[in-house]
Amino acid sequence: MKPGKHAGGKAGSKEKHWKLRLYVAGHTSKSLAAIANLQIFCDEYLSGDYQIEVVDLLKHPQLAAGDQILAIPTLVRKLPTPVKKIIGDLSKTEQVLVGLDLRQEEQTV
Amino acid sequence: MSSAKSKGKTGLGIEKCPTGIRGLDEIMLGGLPKGRPTLVAGSAGSGKTVLAMEFLARGAAEFHENGVYMAFEETGQDLIENTASFGFNLPELCARKKILLDHVHVDRSEIEESGAYSLEGLFVRLENAIKTVNAKRVVLDTIETLFSGFSNESILRAELARLFRWLKTAGVTAVITGESGDGLLTRHGLEEYVADCVIVLDHRVAEQTSIRRLRVMKYRGSLHGTNEYAFLIGKKGISVLPITSLHLDHEASKARISTGIPRLDTMLDGKGFYRGSSVLLSGGAGTGKSSISANFVRAACERGERALYFASEQSPSEIIRNMNSIGIELARWAAKGLLRFHAARPTLVGLEQHLVLLHEVITEFAPAVVVIDPITNFGAAGNAMEVKSMLTRIIDFLKERQITGFFTSLTAANSNPEESEVGISSQIDTWLLLRNLESNGERNRALYVLKSRGMAHSNQIREFVLTSRGVELLDVYIGSGGVLTGTARAAQEAQEQASVLAEKQELERKRAELSRRRVELKERIEALHWDFRSEEEKILTCMRQIEERERQVARHRLDMAHLRRADAANANGHRTRNVRA
Repeated sequence: MKPGKHAGGKAGSKEKHWKLRLYVAGHTSKSLAAIANLQIFCDEYLSGDYQIEVVDLLKHPQLAAGDQILAIPTLVRKLPTPVKKIIGDLSKTEQVLVGLDLRQEEQTV
Repeated sequence: MSSAKSKGKTGLGIEKCPTGIRGLDEIMLGGLPKGRPTLVAGSAGSGKTVLAMEFLARGAAEFHENGVYMAFEETGQDLIENTASFGFNLPELCARKKILLDHVHVDRSEIEESGAYSLEGLFVRLENAIKTVNAKRVVLDTIETLFSGFSNESILRAELARLFRWLKTAGVTAVITGESGDGLLTRHGLEEYVADCVIVLDHRVAEQTSIRRLRVMKYRGSLHGTNEYAFLIGKKGISVLPITSLHLDHEASKARISTGIPRLDTMLDGKGFYRGSSVLLSGGAGTGKSSISANFVRAACERGERALYFASEQSPSEIIRNMNSIGIELARWAAKGLLRFHAARPTLVGLEQHLVLLHEVITEFAPAVVVIDPITNFGAAGNAMEVKSMLTRIIDFLKERQITGFFTSLTAANSNPEESEVGISSQIDTWLLLRNLESNGERNRALYVLKSRGMAHSNQIREFVLTSRGVELLDVYIGSGGVLTGTARAAQEAQEQASVLAEKQELERKRAELSRRRVELKERIEALHWDFRSEEEKILTCMRQIEERERQVARHRLDMAHLRRADAANANGHRTRNVRA
């Protein structure tokens, strides 16, 4: 599936520029924190042009192998390609931005 | 393996999970600790993956225990290809849902970390995989790769500790591999977490030959062999060799087998070797060691038994040709499949690996007799200690299987074999010695039995002759000049024959003389008789003449008297009458 143009329109819910999948395992504090942090992040940086899918591995354990999930929570950027992964509860916005290629690693300390 | 049987005996402690790897279960007295994780540590290329894979493959194929292989380094396809050469049929085992290969890909470059996380995903995957095939065995190869994939080491360590606890509660027997480096058992100290059982693999090169070794460093709750054991990665996976078997409890057979040389059987109490005993034949170069070996092998084949001939100096075709020249036809038995040659130089692969090869071939061929010609060649591949330990292991191994071991040993020309082989002599049941006897400008072979346990054996030295009909043993001549062999013996025999003949002739002559004398005597007696008779005749004639004359005289006197008319009473006439009476 090719990503559509950068148009931020809200036409079909499927044709979003950002397609993210968040893997969690049950309703642990980390999982809940990750879901909450992701929501805040998307609202702030992805201006509505995104789609989030939350996969609970306790319900669908077979899905873990597909995206090579080891750590929980893991956020997988399915689109735009290439696939990127961010692990952790997404509490550090800076790393999430880097992980999603929204910001180059500027920290040159 | 036989060790699997002994498991019950020693099973007072923890339950064991047999690996099916030859030798390893023996060292570990039954196998890995069941339901617990075991760490297999070793440097790169030391055989960790093969060991882990064999544990799973044999578990699935032989012990009906399915397995999960979680590979952190190699992909499933790589694993299948890399282990195909060991005869594990992974594709089939995977297709039949006996083994599940799961490749866990960890790439640091793809991963960004943001905040706290756990490795629950790994747990979920592992649990799912275990459930899918109902696995009893799990391999994690090598979990240390995770350390390169995640930067937060404290999280990782906590999660690993949790993983191993979880594995224990899941009741699976797990093998975790770890790469050693920097003088540490594992780079990241996995042994902290897997403390129940630790196996260390080592691959080193000594004098240009590589040697693989294995050691059970730790085994909680169980006895285990603590030595370093050599192992080989061969065509059928791993074979581990215990230096010595842990117990000396092989059965002693009372059955006897022929040596292939009737006279030699006679020397050994008339029946030959004990089955399952170890025989050493030592002698110098050219004393006929191989010929006696070939005789022994042929005798075994003629009984319909399998014989295995390890040759480290001659190729099979050379042996067959050379033995043909003394009337021992081996090609026939080789063609029948009763005789197998295995020719290899021990120096090629190193002593330990050579030993593993011997084990493999013996296990596969299951012979009744094994000839190793010569064992002295092992010395070229290792030092005396190693050779001794190797022979101990071979002998143990053969005895355990009731295989008669026949070893030849080359002794230096002038050395005393009883001294030079003191190292192994105690393990030998029957020791035959071949000697070269040099005298009168020729060399002859002599054979004697130095020792033979459990039988009344001959103390005689026999001359040993190679003829076109095979090996023959002859009595030696023992005379004033010592033991005589070869032409000296023949000469002595001829001399004896000559003197016997001479005596016979002398007797004949004497007998003839006696009869001649008897004839002579008779003749002489006869002649005397004749003499006597003629004399007697003569004398009698003379007497008669005298008497006649007297009578005539008397008559004449009477006539005269008559004429003279003399008196009748005449003295002369009276006397004459008396004489006539």
